[in-house]
Amino acid sequence: MSGKTRPVQSTGPKSWSPAQEAEIVEIVARYPTRKAAIMPVLWLAQEHFGWIDLEVMRLVGRTLDLPPSHVHSVASFYTMFKKQPTGKYLIQVCHTLSCWLVGAEQIVKHLEQTLQVDGEGNSADGLFTLMRVECLASCGSAPMAQINDDFYERLTPDLMDQIVAALRAGKPAPQPYVSEWVHPARPV
Amino acid sequence: MASFPKILTANWEIPGSHTLAAVQPHGAYSRLKAVFAMTPTQVTDLVKASGLRGRGGAGFPTGMKWSFVPPPEKRGGKPVYLLCNADESEPGTFKDRYLMWMDPHLLIEGMIIASYALGTRKAYIYLRGEFKFVQKRLDAAIAEAYAAGFLGENIQGSGFSLDLYSHLGAGAYICGEETALISSIEGDKGQPKLKPPFPAVEGAWKSPTIVNNVETLAAVPWIIQNGPDAYKAIGVGKSVGTKLISASGHIKRPGVYEIALGYPFKDFIQNECGGLLRGEGFDRLKAIIPGGSSVPIMTKEEVLRSSFDYEQLSTPMDKGGPGTYLGSGGFIVMDDTTDLVVALTNLLRFYAHESCGQCTPCREGCGWMYQILERTSRGESTVEDLATLKELADNIYGKTICFFGPSAAMPVQSFLLKFKGEFLERIGALQAGAV
Repeated sequence: MSGKTRPVQSTGPKSWSPAQEAEIVEIVARYPTRKAAIMPVLWLAQEHFGWIDLEVMRLVGRTLDLPPSHVHSVASFYTMFKKQPTGKYLIQVCHTLSCWLVGAEQIVKHLEQTLQVDGEGNSADGLFTLMRVECLASCGSAPMAQINDDFYERLTPDLMDQIVAALRAGKPAPQPYVSEWVHPARPV
Repeated sequence: MASFPKILTANWEIPGSHTLAAVQPHGAYSRLKAVFAMTPTQVTDLVKASGLRGRGGAGFPTGMKWSFVPPPEKRGGKPVYLLCNADESEPGTFKDRYLMWMDPHLLIEGMIIASYALGTRKAYIYLRGEFKFVQKRLDAAIAEAYAAGFLGENIQGSGFSLDLYSHLGAGAYICGEETALISSIEGDKGQPKLKPPFPAVEGAWKSPTIVNNVETLAAVPWIIQNGPDAYKAIGVGKSVGTKLISASGHIKRPGVYEIALGYPFKDFIQNECGGLLRGEGFDRLKAIIPGGSSVPIMTKEEVLRSSFDYEQLSTPMDKGGPGTYLGSGGFIVMDDTTDLVVALTNLLRFYAHESCGQCTPCREGCGWMYQILERTSRGESTVEDLATLKELADNIYGKTICFFGPSAAMPVQSFLLKFKGEFLERIGALQAGAV
């Protein structure tokens, strides 16, 4: 509930592509009510439009026969629905207890410096948005960050530099450890 | 650890264990035949007899929960829904993520069996929004199960049909609470609902609904195959079977481990976790949180005499126990480099951020507790502030719709009770002789 809230902007009328309309029909069929499709449809909208502005909320409302106010209440309840645009890469560093115990603050400070982020968390080049977030269920591979849809784990400032450099160069970033459920031996 | 069969992680070492081709030779879906030969009630009775308890945190007997669903003649034609709680968000907990990542077919099979027992025709897996990468793998496994005839119409000629879908949350811790999860999947804000009615009677879409954790459902196929007595033979007292423990913090080998319930903490830390990150033996151990961030903290002395045992852990302090809970098995180890005042502040920032805002004591109280703790971290609180902090926690506990309130209160109450000296020292009260 907490965090910065500011009015959601509007960026002009929105519509679905025919392919998306077909996907929405398929999504709606999974649930007993049209309303229940709101979260998957908001995800689809975010994937397509980048973020959820007022026009997107109106579109989702029309699509599912819901008042725009209901779409607004749901979209604003869930933190992962973006109510404002972000850089191409959204870097969300976990700073909850288990990550904090093993150096999350160091990762955040390192990123703040190397990306030269402003008060909103946007990097000087506009490519990255840096956010602190609460526990992402990666405590055994802490410290960690989620970048867009992927987890980057057992981070060090050096590894973070490699990841940022790869993303800047448009190359696949090193993404170790997602499948390794036990850390073999962590250095002190 | 005495030897015990791996129930939840048996397939994890198999290359490509997330695919049907890899796990079918190891028994995936082989239990369905026996299940379809039983009546749904017999399946529920078998799970009841096994002593399996909910692995999400509450530890409620699973078979008993299933038996709360009204029989078909008393449902008024309403369907029954099964919702798998994969909204794994309790700080310190990351087991369900690996279970779904390493062996999604085990969960799917468990859900087919549970759905058969409950009379469910449509089931959903509610994943936390950050698990999009897990959802992709899970969806691929669901598609494989459909293609092989384990999902869909008339499964294996049994006459039983089931559709299974994944559903992605969007970053709200509260949706792990079962009635909030129901609100969320219904398309509303994820806010908890008053009980009664209990979901088993009136849940999602006003129909009987069972919400079970990933790990709970994944234990069911083994119980069917080996029988309730074999399951009950593992563990101690009413804490039977195996449990996934998510170990994190100041240990050499953090990760997910399957243990037999009853296993002593000190052995777990030494043998599985590779010991503490620093020091010799337990000399640098300060505290652990044994079951996810919401459960009361334990002192070193309590840790060394405790084990993974629901009953032993929940024994109150005045009866000689540690007064905590096994919870989700999120085992957070803290050594003597840990500033517990800042650690608690960190946790209360989490609760203040995640309160759904519905109940005043929780919505306001979590923020106030966080503010006082922030001040305390900087050494700017007074003894009276600490008293206010405790009073706030005591007044949130038990005065909210759901268990989030108590979950935020318990860390505050237990840190202040068990590590009071650190708090007093931080604000200079000990030095000033104010207490």
